[in-house]
Amino acid sequence: MGMRFKISRRQNPRRLHSGLVLLAAVGLSLVICALLLEQQGKPSLRGLMLLFQGAFGSGWALQDSLIKAVPIFLCSLGVAIAFRLQIWNIGAEGQYALGALGASWVALHFPDLPWFVLQPAMLVAATVCGGLWGLLPAVLKLRMRANEIIITLMLNYIAIFLLDYLVYGPWKDPSSFGFPMTRMFSQNAVVAKIGAGDLHWGILLCLVIGMLVWIFLGFTRLGYEIRACGENVQAARYARMPYAALVLLVMAASGALAGWAGFLEASASLNRLEPSIMAGYGYTAIVVAWLARLNPLFIGLAAFLLAGLRVGVEQLQLELQIPASFGQIMEGLILMTVLGGSFFVTYQIRLLKKE
Amino acid sequence: MTENFAISLLAAAVQSGTPILYATLGEILCEKSGVLNLGVEGIMMIGALAGFMAAASTGSPLLGFLAGGACGALLAAVHGWVCLSFRGNQVVSGLALTILGSGLADYLGTPFVGRQAPGFDPFALPLLSRVPLLGDIFFNQDLLVYISYLIVPLMWIFLRNTRWGLSLRCAGENPDAAVANGISVTAYRWMGTLGGGFLGGLGGAYLSLAYTHLWSNGLSAGRGWIAVALVIFAFWRPERALMGAYLFGGVMAFQLRLQAAGTSIPSSILLMLPYALTIFVIVLASWRRPQSAMPTSLGVNVEPTE
Repeated sequence: MGMRFKISRRQNPRRLHSGLVLLAAVGLSLVICALLLEQQGKPSLRGLMLLFQGAFGSGWALQDSLIKAVPIFLCSLGVAIAFRLQIWNIGAEGQYALGALGASWVALHFPDLPWFVLQPAMLVAATVCGGLWGLLPAVLKLRMRANEIIITLMLNYIAIFLLDYLVYGPWKDPSSFGFPMTRMFSQNAVVAKIGAGDLHWGILLCLVIGMLVWIFLGFTRLGYEIRACGENVQAARYARMPYAALVLLVMAASGALAGWAGFLEASASLNRLEPSIMAGYGYTAIVVAWLARLNPLFIGLAAFLLAGLRVGVEQLQLELQIPASFGQIMEGLILMTVLGGSFFVTYQIRLLKKE
Repeated sequence: MTENFAISLLAAAVQSGTPILYATLGEILCEKSGVLNLGVEGIMMIGALAGFMAAASTGSPLLGFLAGGACGALLAAVHGWVCLSFRGNQVVSGLALTILGSGLADYLGTPFVGRQAPGFDPFALPLLSRVPLLGDIFFNQDLLVYISYLIVPLMWIFLRNTRWGLSLRCAGENPDAAVANGISVTAYRWMGTLGGGFLGGLGGAYLSLAYTHLWSNGLSAGRGWIAVALVIFAFWRPERALMGAYLFGGVMAFQLRLQAAGTSIPSSILLMLPYALTIFVIVLASWRRPQSAMPTSLGVNVEPTE
């Protein structure tokens, strides 16, 4: 007597299954979060309601979520390109910081250039700085076989301390009453708002680059090679695919995209460089990339949802005095449950009844 | 004067290297079984908080220390559950664990910021502390440092000379051969994951109970990641982990002393040192091909049967 299971790999994983798994995973995460709220003596249902209202419940909230989605989307797009090649770039956070540094250097040194020269120059500086910060671990990986996970992560810490050094030291605004921040950028260095709202033109940049990356990954030879190498390096080498060149390419692109996020955040959101620019977008980007299964179109959606989560948590902080780390817990939980749940997408479980 | 400075610096190197040593030993155990756990940073944070909370509420630092280990193992169990039971991607699960662990520690620990808890203080070991030079460096430490001296040889023996240790290594090197020899790969991988989490939690608890004697958010400050790096530097060998951990402890202690001495070097530049050193050390070690020492099936999940 008794029951046994037979587990076998599914031949054709279905879209529907992964959708259901995602829903179940998010549901489970929400339940755990509700318990955490109760543990701290906060009303859990009201808390979750506040979270959703704060994130998506009004025009203002939606707009705020959309603005926060911009840096997450760009970082995540970069992370996804590298992950497709199975290059584990955990360094979006540092590449984002370097992008912000590069753009700020240009903005602070050439404040009087007309905007149509200054802003492209800032973008180029962000591309170069972020890209080089991404290339460094790629070169170390290829030449010295150094593990990219550790190198990119350590570079995050170094980048953050470098930013601190600059805003506490040489770049500090003399009239900031001792606060660590640079001077305000000149108006020419600030990416303009669209119409009367708070949305800035960076959103358009996201749409364009998102489409381009989608086409690049899905419909070009290089995009195909990245995926093929990621699935099986040995086979791809036999087929004479340029693995080393691909590693350099994805890491440079990954770093450059994160750099753009840093540029937009410094220019459009803060109008200056200050330590608060480091909000962990680079780590959220990894969660987003994986939830979106490395697909640029889904990344757009996931970036918006997780940006909403951040905005919603801000609301929770205000209304119920919940620490900001609540959002981090939710991100970690959702990613963990989705990873576990992917088992049911990959494998088929059948019940065998035995007499 | 300079001799005293050197000795106190080396003693401080041992002290600040100890939490990294615990975590590195844990990750070696885990990786030897074939499981890559990048969640060490999160595990250390949870260990640090749990240790502090337990010590504060029971009044016993030793109970706190053990609670840190237990909660570290509990968090590692989430990784085991996702990767061993559900075959999730080990790299991504480890990252998620770091995000989750740091977030949880921060969330649950907020009420404990600024509170007091009993901790561990240095005491001289009889006889051994009288040995010239070595006595002052190694045997004027706290209890947890002495325990870590014991764990290194114990783990060395465990991995080399015991049946369990051999089976655990076999699960990491060649799971198919292990199965053919009647070894349960899943069971040994669980053992590595939980044991590794326990040691990582102990490392975290060392931070709050013996190093800072305080709980603050972000206490671990990248030490978990340094531990992951040190595993490669150590070629997955416990005795080399000891060297690596003290090297990093030395740099951290030196950096703090420079800051305290009021050097003109900005503190942000000094704070970069351990992380820059990690990159340097990893690049140097990689040149000697540590891949040859890496467990062959590290990070590779076993296909489920039945």
